[in-house]
Amino acid sequence: MYQGIRIAGFGGQGVISAGILLAQAGVEDKKNASWLPSYGPEMRGGTANCSVVVSDGEVYTPIVSAPDTVIVMNEPSLPKFEPLLKKGGLMIINSSLINSRPTRTDITVVCVPCNKIAQELGMDRIANLVALGAFIKQTGAVSLQSVEHAMKKVYKRAKPEMLELNKKALQAGYDAVK
Amino acid sequence: MTEKTLRKGNEALAEGAIRAGVRFFAGYPITPQNEVPEYMSAHMAEAGGAFVQAESEIAAINMVYGAASTGTRSMTSSSSPGISLKQEGITYLASADLPCLIVNVMRGGPGLGSISGSQGDYFQATRGGGNGDYHVIVLAPNSVEELGNFPKLGFELAEKYRMPCMILADGILGQMMESMSFNFDPIDPNQLGKFDWAVDIHKNGRKKNNVYSYKGDNLIADVVERAKRYGLIEKTEARFEERNTEDCDVLLVAYGLSSRACLEAVNHAKEAGLKVGLFRPITLWPFPSKRLAELAGKVRGILTVEQSLGQLVQDVRLAVNGRTPVYLNAYPAGGQPDGNTILTAVRSILSGGKEGLFDLQEHAAGFTYACQRDTSLGMQGDLKGGK
Repeated sequence: MYQGIRIAGFGGQGVISAGILLAQAGVEDKKNASWLPSYGPEMRGGTANCSVVVSDGEVYTPIVSAPDTVIVMNEPSLPKFEPLLKKGGLMIINSSLINSRPTRTDITVVCVPCNKIAQELGMDRIANLVALGAFIKQTGAVSLQSVEHAMKKVYKRAKPEMLELNKKALQAGYDAVK
Repeated sequence: MTEKTLRKGNEALAEGAIRAGVRFFAGYPITPQNEVPEYMSAHMAEAGGAFVQAESEIAAINMVYGAASTGTRSMTSSSSPGISLKQEGITYLASADLPCLIVNVMRGGPGLGSISGSQGDYFQATRGGGNGDYHVIVLAPNSVEELGNFPKLGFELAEKYRMPCMILADGILGQMMESMSFNFDPIDPNQLGKFDWAVDIHKNGRKKNNVYSYKGDNLIADVVERAKRYGLIEKTEARFEERNTEDCDVLLVAYGLSSRACLEAVNHAKEAGLKVGLFRPITLWPFPSKRLAELAGKVRGILTVEQSLGQLVQDVRLAVNGRTPVYLNAYPAGGQPDGNTILTAVRSILSGGKEGLFDLQEHAAGFTYACQRDTSLGMQGDLKGGK
């Protein structure tokens, strides 16, 4: 198993943090994992993205130029990452904020209303975890339990009730994929 | 100690340096290495050492010069333009025969360049970088794990041969997170023992020590004497890694991040029925020429993959010495290699094609002068101008 993932969205949507969580979950599962942010001058309201690799074997370059999966959380990220996706790759779309759909027919598309589900749980900010849950259901790249373990390490200062809410968001995203 | 944790490259390096017994760090901020001084500022004091944010890169390297002369494990880190500023200080450290660690988390150049990861400082690192006949030992990690473990190796080599050591990383390695573990227990520098040459407080308990950057009497003898060490290092300290080199048609040569993209190409080649191997220099100086020369005789072609415009390839050509054709696949100024493009270049070598292969002289064919003076704009010194 070698999964190269790009997660993209507005700054503040938690795409960078979801990536770290995913990489940490890979480590919890005794896999090799890497994470790389798009670093550099970014502007408020601009887009952020990160590359994550989870692999049973070695991780090659951490720059995921041809992803197996892209998770797009906002409208501008869809046209930006659609062309990069590998043939037969997976695109997870946050349909709460994205109206357009990919034109490619050689990819699998999964639409999840991440913000809507997060709001129903009581907090808009956890939409990133809903998306991550959907990704796990679809790919099995890491286990749900490993992400829950990873949360404790990545969100060290989070209150227990916040961790609970994060877990619910993860599960809800997982359940949202049929 | 063997449990793997997820760490950012720059932080692994800084933690690895503290574990290796570094107790003096001076630096000045620059992207993409900022997490190194940031980590040092948070953790050096609790380790019992000193962290100084200097007023400039030049000040920082000269602080390291002073600290290193006391025998303290001392280091600085920066990125490409900052390392250029440090070159004078590095030559003084080399001429005073002082061990220290310099870390370059490379970015695009020349000049201010860009903050993307790059390997553009290969010449600067391996050819000395400053003025005069000298070398620094250059270690090239290709993973967060090596970033964390190389400070210890660097100090062991630097102290063994009394000379500066450089860790040459790049922006991607510094910024990425990866699972890693340290391969050594933290070192207590107080248990390391003192150097008989170090400048410190002796209270007349021993002969006075002096550290000279300039003795003024016999420079030729000093430089020639120092070169004996360089010869010994070239003979005994070259480090490298080989993958799939036993039976391959094309041998890739790459260091650092580029070598990881090469590994992808090696594995994809296997699936495509092509025999491709990888030779990864871990020390860039000393360059592992001997082993590369042996391998060169067994392959049809060698492809150097580098994030620079034909720097590493020069050492490869020197080592191979005409035995085998050497080609270049280049990603200069912040470009990033990927396995598929490398594989395209490999296919070009096997089929006699050109795609993916860079040749400077062929490249020149597209050049036209566009920088001639235009007298219709006015003559030099004519403030009123022409039209």
